[in-house]
Amino acid sequence: MKRWWLLLVLFSGPLFADDCALRGTGDLAIVIERADGAVQIVETTHNTAVARVEGLGDLSHASVVYSRDGRYAYVFGRDGGLSKVDLLCARVEKRVIQSGNSIGGAISQDGRLIAVSNYTPGGVKVFDADSLELLADIPATWGDGLRSKVIGLVDAPGNRFVFSLWDAGEIWIADMQDPRHPRITRFEDIGRNPYDGLITPDGRYYIAGLFGEDGMALLDLWHPERGVRRILDHYGRGEKKRPVYKMPHLEGWAVAGDRAFVPAVGLHSVLVIDLRDWCELARIPVYGQPVFVEARPDGREVWVNFAFPNNEKVQIIDVETLRLSDTLEPGKGVLHMEFEPRGEEVWISVRDRDRVQVYDTATHQLLRELLARKPSGIFMAARAHRIGL
Amino acid sequence: MWCRIGIVAFSLAVSSALARSAVPSAQRQAELESLLLQDCGSCHGLMLKGGLGPALRPQVLAGKPRQWLIDTIRNGRPGTAMPPWGPILSDADIAWLVDRLLRGAPDTGVRP
Ligand code: HEC
Repeated sequence: MKRWWLLLVLFSGPLFADDCALRGTGDLAIVIERADGAVQIVETTHNTAVARVEGLGDLSHASVVYSRDGRYAYVFGRDGGLSKVDLLCARVEKRVIQSGNSIGGAISQDGRLIAVSNYTPGGVKVFDADSLELLADIPATWGDGLRSKVIGLVDAPGNRFVFSLWDAGEIWIADMQDPRHPRITRFEDIGRNPYDGLITPDGRYYIAGLFGEDGMALLDLWHPERGVRRILDHYGRGEKKRPVYKMPHLEGWAVAGDRAFVPAVGLHSVLVIDLRDWCELARIPVYGQPVFVEARPDGREVWVNFAFPNNEKVQIIDVETLRLSDTLEPGKGVLHMEFEPRGEEVWISVRDRDRVQVYDTATHQLLRELLARKPSGIFMAARAHRIGL
Repeated sequence: MWCRIGIVAFSLAVSSALARSAVPSAQRQAELESLLLQDCGSCHGLMLKGGLGPALRPQVLAGKPRQWLIDTIRNGRPGTAMPPWGPILSDADIAWLVDRLLRGAPDTGVRP
């Protein structure tokens, strides 16, 4: 079963065959092979697989952030594993099991801290990015000694981390000026069951999507003293909610001009926010419950994938007309889409077909398919230099 | 509104094809096993050790009434993130899933 991997690695020749490669990492990406506890390292200049790294544990819902020099990937696994992977040597440099059950992480503005958000025990742990030594433990306590699951953890300017508490309905800011003694600011009653959060690329606004009620919670990090404000209130008013078979994600900020695009929850719609007043501008009917709603880096199109049982298609929205311009059918189990940094190609993982596909974003044509075992997340190393990713 | 009808029609098409036999076919069982790990796994963890939803290991479920678990899967738990699977899975599918969960993995150790 493993033989063809070996072949791939051998064929990638001088790049990674022995020891470590002498090359930049700016065009590399990681593909999570979630059933195998492995990641593939791919390069996006010629769209080839270059190496595979195993032994990363349970990678359901795994995500990745990059060191500021682009050499290391920090992989957050579901089993609480935090692994530091060397992209050039294609090996695990360090690995710690830091909790029973975790969901994702972030790297600080200065690149020195790695924060991990945990489900059990609920909270955030902060590690030294070099050594993975534990620096701070922030239990997400609320109510009567309860611990909340933590989601939507991002980095923010000022060496802060911002995250949301699923059970408690709160947003917290952790100021990491002194990494061993984080200063916490809590915002309570932000709405029921925040399911994910994002920060705008300028690092100013943190937005948590709500699962337990309609709307989103908006925090202006320039003015935390003004508190959290509700936006898109009651977007589902009067409409029958549908079951949600997979939680949507908020990742990056799908912005085009003064419009932002976010998934509705329980409606087969993409919501368009007018950024001048944070009001709902339009609602675009789509094929299923949106999971990822991502703007092509030039902002001309927004690509959307969907929750089970509609996860075989991808739809493309034209942002000028706010209409669907195309529907692609990569196959069952489309789990993630990641644009190359300048947006000319997009990588799409198709779990049930054991493939990663690369599309030309101008023509929407399939350019290439790579084999990958049950691929989920795809993370370009160019994330190293972006706030909130 | 018409979309909702669309979904119901879809579910009928799926379940009527399957509701006939009490035990899912071998091929269907394989599909359900994959659904359990991949799609239930998106909330309960790929190893069913828990995530947004609780762990679904035999040790955790032991002692919980079978019918109650069946109802949970069919109707979901309103007010929580557990969605109703009745529109998508037949009764036979759901019963098979519950027995599979209570029993644990076919070949224990490697997989949940
Ligand atoms: C979108 C997230 C989500 C998905 C997908 C999901 N579940 Fe759940 N499930 C939950 C949550 C959350 C709970 C806990 C509900 C509560 O608080 O009572 C739960 C509870 C359960 C329970 C009851 C466990 C107990 O000990 O009370 C069972 C059984 C279950 N789920 C089975 C399944 C099966 C089988 C599937 C796939 C067919 C599935 N779930 C898919 C979120 C999900």
